Amino acid sequence: MGMQHNQFLKISLLVISLVTLAACSSTSETEEVIEDNQGSSSSGSSASTTSAVSSGGQLTQEEIRAQNALRQTVFYFDFDVAEFKPADRDTLAYHARDLAANPGNRLRLEGHADERGTREYNLALGERRANGIMNYFIVNGASRSQIEVVSYGEERPSQSGQTEQAYTRNRRVEVVAR
Amino acid sequence: MNTRVYVCVCLFSILSLSARAELSIQITQGIDNPIPIAVVPFAWDGEGVLIENVAGIVINDLEQVGEFRSLSRSNMLSMPNEEREVFYRDWRILAQDYLLVGKINRASGSQLVQVQYEFFDINREMKLAGEILTGSVAQLRDIGHEIANVIFEQVTGVPGAFTSQILYIVSEHVQGDDYNFRLEKADYDGARAQVLLESSQPIMSPSWSPNGEDAAYVSFETDLPRIYIQNIATGQRRQITNYPNINSSPVWSPDATKLAMVLSKDGSPDIYVQDLNSNQLMRVTDHPSIDTEPSWSSDGRSIVFMSDRTGQPQIYQIELGASSYNVERLTYDCFQCMKAKFLPDGVNLVHVRREARQSPNYQIAILNIETLRVITLTNTSLDESPSVAPNGSMIMYATKFDGRGVLDAVSIDGRVKFRLPSSQGDVREPAWSPFLN
Repeated sequence: MGMQHNQFLKISLLVISLVTLAACSSTSETEEVIEDNQGSSSSGSSASTTSAVSSGGQLTQEEIRAQNALRQTVFYFDFDVAEFKPADRDTLAYHARDLAANPGNRLRLEGHADERGTREYNLALGERRANGIMNYFIVNGASRSQIEVVSYGEERPSQSGQTEQAYTRNRRVEVVAR
Repeated sequence: MNTRVYVCVCLFSILSLSARAELSIQITQGIDNPIPIAVVPFAWDGEGVLIENVAGIVINDLEQVGEFRSLSRSNMLSMPNEEREVFYRDWRILAQDYLLVGKINRASGSQLVQVQYEFFDINREMKLAGEILTGSVAQLRDIGHEIANVIFEQVTGVPGAFTSQILYIVSEHVQGDDYNFRLEKADYDGARAQVLLESSQPIMSPSWSPNGEDAAYVSFETDLPRIYIQNIATGQRRQITNYPNINSSPVWSPDATKLAMVLSKDGSPDIYVQDLNSNQLMRVTDHPSIDTEPSWSSDGRSIVFMSDRTGQPQIYQIELGASSYNVERLTYDCFQCMKAKFLPDGVNLVHVRREARQSPNYQIAILNIETLRVITLTNTSLDESPSVAPNGSMIMYATKFDGRGVLDAVSIDGRVKFRLPSSQGDVREPAWSPFLN
């Protein structure tokens, strides 16, 4: 490999570390950008980032994918549906494996629903959505004791209003580090 | 069908300092042939102006439930205050069916006032009711409502519910992700609102105890949904549940000894009943689906609830003490039926109804479980939380109007409507009180 290639790698590494550290230090939910689903990372992910950095000085494609997956902490659901979207399956698997690799990590799954339908049913629906993700985590290696499930039903919307956009934003499960 | 829309009637009331939300009442729909009643302004023998217009309160009560239309004062030919001043011809000429007159005196040597009222049937030329009610000036509003109760029962045969009250939740956006939530109590018409609980976390599912002294509700103040009971007069509160996961939907049994609730501690939301004296917990449903929204039959022997065990929410009934398999399904024709309660007649079931998968519209409807006939009471699309007046004549529910959460009320035949919008924030989850003493 040439000098240039090594330098390029070091610079990329630096950039990635800085970006990751910046993401790690953000804790406010209001900084969340919906399109990219950025959110606060768990301490687990910074631990795994550190280990990735220290193990030989370069990140594999897989590790990059894992980091990106761990940055997604909000998962959206279709109307009338409690199962998570198939497109989220891989991302959720990364979360599960990260939990499995870091038995000291804990997180909370917060389930939500949009405002249509009754409030009590939405409370139960939010829990069903969060439980679905929890079960998937467990099947993929996480331990039950690492995960807490809470539902807020329609009581804590991400966005108010009677538009389809607001409804879409509210049907969600949030992964929150503990 | 022609409808008459009445002009907004705003009632300002004496609010305690802690009150913040003001609910004003608007009649949004009336019937075609209301009963004509003349209410003559009551005489007042004291100095100054009384803070409450007792006759006005009676008029508002009777017109709000839409069955009555009162005669405008400017059309009156005479203004009697007691029976010997009444000439029936004066009122027959104006096509009035009923007449209410009265006078208010200060009770001698006291701060109290005496309200004397007399109520007449014009066509039969006879007095139907009359009495003297004594109270403080602050109770004039209650006295007005009591008089309206008497008139309503004399004319319709149904006891009036004008002295009843409502619990409801107010939610106000502060900024960003911060909201202010309040549990409030008010007269049925929105007057005299009082804050019972204020929190930065959500409050849900208010429920009255049968004697009207306590309120049960769900609060997220510990960040988790837990059930609390609070004495309305003293504000004293206690936490009733601390089970894992969902603790919600508290509903008092008719004999006040038990609280039905929803707990998901055993894997999925199920109906439980907790004895309030022994704290013993009895499991009522046992199914991996969502079982929620319990309500009691009036004899306290069975519970009506919603379950999505067949795929979508439907209404079921189960006898307490029976096997958890022994559920009877009550609804079949809807895509989703939820939040069901029996009217006092034990035959009509008010509920939230979504007719078809394609239409995400939620409306209030009544199912007669004997004839299986369904009447849809509303034509809005985000209706929820129906609550029945203690005399079974009206349903109050939460809906959206102009993007804001408001309370609407509709008569059980769907013909009459009034609205209670709040001056601030969103109002929801009304709970209509039982008859109060």
